[in-house]
Amino acid sequence: MNKKAVAFISTCSIIAITGLVVAISAGAKSIPLQTVWNSIFHYEDILDMQLVRDVRIPRVICTALVGGILGVTGAMMQGVTRNPIAEPSLMGITQGATLAIAIAGASQSIYGLLGNTVAAFIGALFSGLLVLAFSLKNARNMNLSRLLLAGTALSTFFISMATIIALLTNKSQNLAFWVSGGFRAVTWNSVKLVLVVGGIATIIALFMAPKINVVNLGEDVCIGLGENPVKIRMFTLLLLIPMCAVCVAVAGNIAFIGLIVPHIVRKLLGQDYRMIMPVSFLFGATLVIWADVLARLVNQPYETPIGLFTSLVGVPLFIWMIRKENM
Amino acid sequence: MKKRVFITSIVVSILFVFTFLLAASWGSYSISFGDVIKTFFGQGSLLQRTTIWDIRLPRICVAIVVGVCLSTAGCVLQSVTRNELAEPGMIGINAGAAVAVVLLISYGSTSYYDTIGDVALFVMPIAAIIGALLSGFLIYFLSYKKGVSPTRLILTGIGVNVGINAFISLYQLNMSKGDYNQVLTWTSGSLWGSSWKFFWLVTPLAVVFLLLIMWKAKILDVMDLGDEIATGLGVKVERERRKLFFYAIVLAALATSVAGNIAFLGLLGPHIAKRLVGPVHRRQIPVAAGISSVIIILADSISRNAFSPIEVPAGIMIAIVGVPYFIYLMLRE
Repeated sequence: MNKKAVAFISTCSIIAITGLVVAISAGAKSIPLQTVWNSIFHYEDILDMQLVRDVRIPRVICTALVGGILGVTGAMMQGVTRNPIAEPSLMGITQGATLAIAIAGASQSIYGLLGNTVAAFIGALFSGLLVLAFSLKNARNMNLSRLLLAGTALSTFFISMATIIALLTNKSQNLAFWVSGGFRAVTWNSVKLVLVVGGIATIIALFMAPKINVVNLGEDVCIGLGENPVKIRMFTLLLLIPMCAVCVAVAGNIAFIGLIVPHIVRKLLGQDYRMIMPVSFLFGATLVIWADVLARLVNQPYETPIGLFTSLVGVPLFIWMIRKENM
Repeated sequence: MKKRVFITSIVVSILFVFTFLLAASWGSYSISFGDVIKTFFGQGSLLQRTTIWDIRLPRICVAIVVGVCLSTAGCVLQSVTRNELAEPGMIGINAGAAVAVVLLISYGSTSYYDTIGDVALFVMPIAAIIGALLSGFLIYFLSYKKGVSPTRLILTGIGVNVGINAFISLYQLNMSKGDYNQVLTWTSGSLWGSSWKFFWLVTPLAVVFLLLIMWKAKILDVMDLGDEIATGLGVKVERERRKLFFYAIVLAALATSVAGNIAFLGLLGPHIAKRLVGPVHRRQIPVAAGISSVIIILADSISRNAFSPIEVPAGIMIAIVGVPYFIYLMLRE
């Protein structure tokens, strides 16, 4: 571990911890730090403390976890597709999950967090398999613009279907909030869900890092080193699906985090995915914690959907990356 | 080839007439084909005349103009970017027009379609063109780096599209539920509320630019061969590309100003046409225009009637048909 990495990780951690504190105390109702401290260690049954315990803390934990998971998914996807601008929400995986949630929401019978998660999982699985079909087909001669156009087309398709369902059940604005992402509805149950499903998948993913390194060297090198690139790619993309699904089920569609985070980390720390993936988790968490703080504070007491926020920041970066890539 | 072109034109024309009659007759008040034709010759009952002349026909005509504009814009963009998957809806040009119109309509008023004044109506296409030109310029400018590479143009366009849509959503989410639904219908592309005014508003300019593009058809053919060969054949590639890009933007903007952001139409027509009559633009553009018109009229009829009395945006219907075709195109390679 070189100096740069240590510096980056420690800066990130400090910013993340500051973010945690700010996120808990600031908001439509600002709560003094003293009360925050007391509500954790000397709990009394008053409004501010309830607010901290039941709303702010689960929310901030969720933002950190979701941000981290999104960062890792981006890194994984970019690693195995060897495509610097791959990301689950640009490839339509997130939108597939959104469609499934819209269907579940319309039929009422399986509503609730668990229902949403199952729906999101099925949706993400379906769209993930489609993306898999593309990326396997194009693996040898990967054409960036094609893959991205396919992703855009798939997202349009899923969102269109979801819009029809929402229009017919008179829920289009609810759906739009979902599509734009946000942590409004987070409870302790969401934290458990993200922690269990997302956590396990992320840990497995981190163990995959050496293999992703090998695939990232290129098809031929990978075969030469005795690994089957298709298998690794397939396994990684399958692993992505539960990770994306919990993120969508909890926070809706938060775009561009999976794109920006690994890119910056890679610029700073080099090509080693054993390093990139954990640091992406940390950096993603930091970004989303702060993005959520801003989303809550910009237009108080209303919330700005965080996904729109990340898109508006992410797009300029995305375009800048395209210019840099020299295509 | 001559024979094939001939047959294709005949088939497309027949389809066109058929969908035209279907759209005029199908609806919550259905009129038989015979009566539709009678009404055209001025013999129908008052109810039939009102339904067709004042409600259905303007809508069909607007649909045709929109179909022709978007399809031609698609043809041009596909040659200019040398990417057969390019399309005005996906690279942010329609979105630019849409954002301008949404801002215009909502400016200073809280209600959307019911009370658009005549002045706003006449400013609408202009606003759409300005919006589309701005986003087109942005895309061109951002992808310019010692010339514009086709791939970079498309990728930048996708990025700009996402950004503009995020902006529209941000704006939209602050609206009340009713307004939200109306703007949603419009941003997904719909012919709801089309009248003769809309038709007369966009048709003259559309015809001018269509003619300009037909006049440049040969240059489009040459540009398909690649920048080097085109330069070798005496085409000033960068300049022509800029001009054609401009024409395509104006056409897409005109279509968007009356029908909202309809994606994939600029992809479907040109592709089917290319497979039927080959990549010669003089033939491809008209055939594509015919096919796109047929598609949009059909999609509109379905979206009016399938879930009646709720109307689903026609743009969504087109996306649902268009995406599987698009994916088929990608997998075929």
